[in-house]
Amino acid sequence: MVVGNAESMKSDLLSSLSIRWIKLKTKQQEVLIRVSILCLVYILAFISRLFSVLRYESMIHEFDPYFNYRTTLFLTQKGFYEFWNWFDSESWYPLGRIIGGTLYPGLMVTAALLYWSLRFLRFAVHIREVCVLTAPFFASNTTLVAYFFGKEIWDSGAGLVAAALIAICPGYISRSVAGSYDNEGVAIFALLLTFYLFVRAVNTGSLAWALASAFGYFYMVSAWGGYVFIINLIPLYVLVLLLTGRYSMRLYVAYNSMYVLGMLLAMQIRFVGFQHVQSGEHMAAMGVFFLMQVFYLLDWVKHLLSDTKLFQAFLRVTVTCAVGVGVIALGVGTASGYISPWTGRFYSLLDPTYAKDHIPIIASVSEHQPTAWSSFMFDFHILLFLFPAGLYFCFKRLSDATIFIVMYGLTSMYFAGVMVRLILVATPAVCLISAIAVSATIKNLTYLLRTKRKVSQTGSTEGINGAKASSKALLDRSQPFQKNSAIALLFGAFYLLSKYATHCNWVTSEAYSSPSIVLAARGAHGDRVIFDDYREAYFWLRQNTPQDAKVMSWWDYGYQITAMGNRTVIVDNNTWNNTHIATVGRAMSSYEDEAYEIMRSLDVDYVLVVFGGVTGYSSDDINKFLWMVRIGGGVFPVIKEPHYLVNGEYRVDKGASPKMLNCLMYKLSYYRFGELMTEYGKPPGYDRARGVEIGNKDVKLEYLEEAFTTSNWIVRIYKVKPPNNRW
Amino acid sequence: MRGKAELFLIFISVLPFLSLSFSAESPKERRVLVLLDDLAIKSSHSLFFDSLKSRRFLLHFRLADDPEISLRRYGQHLYDALILFCPSVQRFGGSIDVAAIADFVDSGHDLIIAADNNASDFIREIATECGVDFDEDPVAMVIDHTSYAVSDTEGDHTLLASDNIIESDVILGSKKIEAPVLFKGIGHSLNPSNNLVVKVLSASPSAYSANPKSKLANPPTITGSAISLVSIVQARNNARVLITGSLIMFSNRFFRSGVQKAGNSTKHERSGNEQFFTELGKWVFHERGHLKAVNIRHHKVGVTDEPAMYRISDDLEYSVEIYEWSGTSEPYVADDVQVQFYMMSPYVLKTLSTNQKGLYSTAFKVPDVYGVFQFKVEYHRLGYTTLSLSKQIPVRPYRHNEYERFIPAAYPYYGAALSMMAGFFIFTAVHLHNK
Repeated sequence: MVVGNAESMKSDLLSSLSIRWIKLKTKQQEVLIRVSILCLVYILAFISRLFSVLRYESMIHEFDPYFNYRTTLFLTQKGFYEFWNWFDSESWYPLGRIIGGTLYPGLMVTAALLYWSLRFLRFAVHIREVCVLTAPFFASNTTLVAYFFGKEIWDSGAGLVAAALIAICPGYISRSVAGSYDNEGVAIFALLLTFYLFVRAVNTGSLAWALASAFGYFYMVSAWGGYVFIINLIPLYVLVLLLTGRYSMRLYVAYNSMYVLGMLLAMQIRFVGFQHVQSGEHMAAMGVFFLMQVFYLLDWVKHLLSDTKLFQAFLRVTVTCAVGVGVIALGVGTASGYISPWTGRFYSLLDPTYAKDHIPIIASVSEHQPTAWSSFMFDFHILLFLFPAGLYFCFKRLSDATIFIVMYGLTSMYFAGVMVRLILVATPAVCLISAIAVSATIKNLTYLLRTKRKVSQTGSTEGINGAKASSKALLDRSQPFQKNSAIALLFGAFYLLSKYATHCNWVTSEAYSSPSIVLAARGAHGDRVIFDDYREAYFWLRQNTPQDAKVMSWWDYGYQITAMGNRTVIVDNNTWNNTHIATVGRAMSSYEDEAYEIMRSLDVDYVLVVFGGVTGYSSDDINKFLWMVRIGGGVFPVIKEPHYLVNGEYRVDKGASPKMLNCLMYKLSYYRFGELMTEYGKPPGYDRARGVEIGNKDVKLEYLEEAFTTSNWIVRIYKVKPPNNRW
Repeated sequence: MRGKAELFLIFISVLPFLSLSFSAESPKERRVLVLLDDLAIKSSHSLFFDSLKSRRFLLHFRLADDPEISLRRYGQHLYDALILFCPSVQRFGGSIDVAAIADFVDSGHDLIIAADNNASDFIREIATECGVDFDEDPVAMVIDHTSYAVSDTEGDHTLLASDNIIESDVILGSKKIEAPVLFKGIGHSLNPSNNLVVKVLSASPSAYSANPKSKLANPPTITGSAISLVSIVQARNNARVLITGSLIMFSNRFFRSGVQKAGNSTKHERSGNEQFFTELGKWVFHERGHLKAVNIRHHKVGVTDEPAMYRISDDLEYSVEIYEWSGTSEPYVADDVQVQFYMMSPYVLKTLSTNQKGLYSTAFKVPDVYGVFQFKVEYHRLGYTTLSLSKQIPVRPYRHNEYERFIPAAYPYYGAALSMMAGFFIFTAVHLHNK
């Protein structure tokens, strides 16, 4: 026995040693594989976002990025303090805009830091290249965060899958292709980082992680207004944990330090400032903070009091008092105006119909529309089916971390349904939860395959340990069937995932890589036709108008005119002053003489309209015109929407209403259009965007004159004449 | 070397001409195109023309239907002013039409229009362009049965002696016109939507415009003091236009004739016409009442440089020099020049104080509103050219480091923070020590 014991011990030692060696090796192998997968995913995330650069050129896309680019340029040229105190007299004439105090500087500072460090390393890059590539770079970083997050809530396998899924997920790519230099580009990274660090802090109860998450939150606040989501989701999560009896010291440390420090840091951003303690959107976090303290007090008292009855009484009194004090404080604060009520944007998130009835300016933006089912399918593809499966796995293995990801997933999915652009916020959650589903499923399946092989191996070589072997053999009997189905399921999973990859690739290259400032269309022979009219018009403005000329256009084009045309605009995409926008809307929807008065009072020198009647470009000003009428009419009741409609129908042909046919926007869009033959076999003045022959072909302008029309008529610029000399 | 020397010689020889041509002492003679129906007018109205010539105007007389005439060549206007003494012209020769004349005025040149009864549609059209409507009845004349001039032909009340002259030293000189002004011709009314046109000589309340040869069938279209006899327009670009319905007013016969107003015993040796038109001519041709603003300056108090931007609550000084041209530049003295600090509406409105030497200045505090402001001087005075000066200047809010660093109201909070820190330190020390 003894000898046998010793021998067995020796062999055990040997085997364990050799196993440890092998194990170490497999672990190394695993690390190697994991790191190389991560590296590949990192690179993949970057390069799949470069389609736009390949297809077009290295340029800034869309509208808001032009403002970001302009401010970044200013930051790199004039330095941080000038940027911080920048009062821009070129936009919102004559009100001006305090840019330093009305933007989230995170993006610009990030890009400027990247630029400066590249300069320091002697890379002679242009700031535009840095701006173009900022979003892909941060998308790559997001994959890393997704890996660590997945590892934190499930395991490293789920982390890897999450990183791979998020790297190419169209919902994220739509806002992070090269050139899409917008806040969301870095904000999604910051959002996920904050959540990861917070979950990590809750899991470990470590002060350091909580502080790290506070800094992550600070970065998020500095980068995007979407930080409100964090500051409401985390308290909601904490509240759920409290209610489900998962209160712990870890949670207490994580939340309190994160909230207090995060709040102090967030208040350093000028645009947020005291809103963080005063506005209604942030009150939930403060309420939960105080609730935490009450909880802690109760815990302590419970610890002191041995008598449960006494404690019950104490509990009742304390909870009543706390809730009462909270309600009174909220009521007094709201009534006295110290706590500002929720903003319209916040309301419209909770109630999707709110904006349509009350704030036309929010409802007019296409990315604020409720999401269509097709775009869910388009942006998530198989993740849409994997998401519920992942939720199932999460519920099966509930922990603090999985509760968090479930809550994040469910709330963000709701918001994604409310607004198209919030699909972006839901994407990381969907990817993570789907990754759990994929990873757990595949792991189970491969486990089935591998255990069978192991058992058969041990059975053939050793054949001892009778009881165990027999029990496994019992299991084995059902396994051939299981094995086959597992293989089939694995192939199915592989097929689905590869479908996902091809879909993402296709969506990225076809749908999300268009800069929208340069339009592409297929010509008659299938060749690609490029319409570069926007830049043509902006450069015309830059070259041919006086330095201090004021340009009136609908607000969509404001940022581009200031950034590319370098001219003062009346309104721009920062829609902070509804009245000013309504004034422009009123001018556009008035008769020419009334509009002239408005334009004189605003010192307007040029009017710019976007017109798609020649090229068939549908997002032009005529199609946006009803929003101008609505926004103008919201402030100036003389403008009435029914005047522009015929039987509730919006039309520009002969059946259009007389007011429509003679308002400024119509005249400027269709000036001299009646002479133009746009399509073979159609009468002159055939509008290709609306597919009708226009109703007023003989447009005469009295107070304006045509100054410039681009080669494809997409942008038309008119000069406002000075008042009549002899009258 | 030789090339250089030659160049130098040429330069030396040209130098006197160059310097002469830019001399301020002898301004260039101003060219005036006079279009006539009939060259006889040249002699019959010679007194008026002579007064212009004596003031260094170079008159070019042309028949209105001369096919050679044109107002501009190679994009340049050939004349500084235009006198239309051609009431019956149907169409001009050459390239002149209504649009050309309107363009002439719109590019800052002066114009005198004299119509007559039977004035052509062409002349009426030009007058309409300037905001004046002649009586549409082609045979109508202004008739006044109370303030006519006593003449030999009894019962002819179309020769008016009007003394309803506008009271303005700028337009008509400081010397008062004693004698009434003789008028015989068609009346006009001012377009009410035009606020640039001013009546200089208007008819009396008893006047009316009708055909003097026939009985009055319908009520006259324009009556009383709505009838203007002589009107002036100062366009927005300060081009000046004189319009009258009587060519004969300018004639030597009217200039020289005596006048006695009906019902008035005083008989004047000479009518007021000569003085009236000489003075009015000076005004129309910018020899008087022409203001010029130079050296518009603004700066912070205590700093001489003009900033690119002001801050709210800055103290600033604004100054402008205004001169009046009347042969020579003289300081313009008035106490009603105002400056606005304007952003959609005036935030500051201040009367500028003058040092009597043409310098107007004021000082004020920038309002507590940021935005793009304008310094606006809108000076509209009868007879004077319009001064419409605007200068854009942005006003920014405080920078982050321009606020006071320590304010007394915050001392309790500083105290609270410091005492908290001290308390925490002591607490930690005690807590750790006692362990």
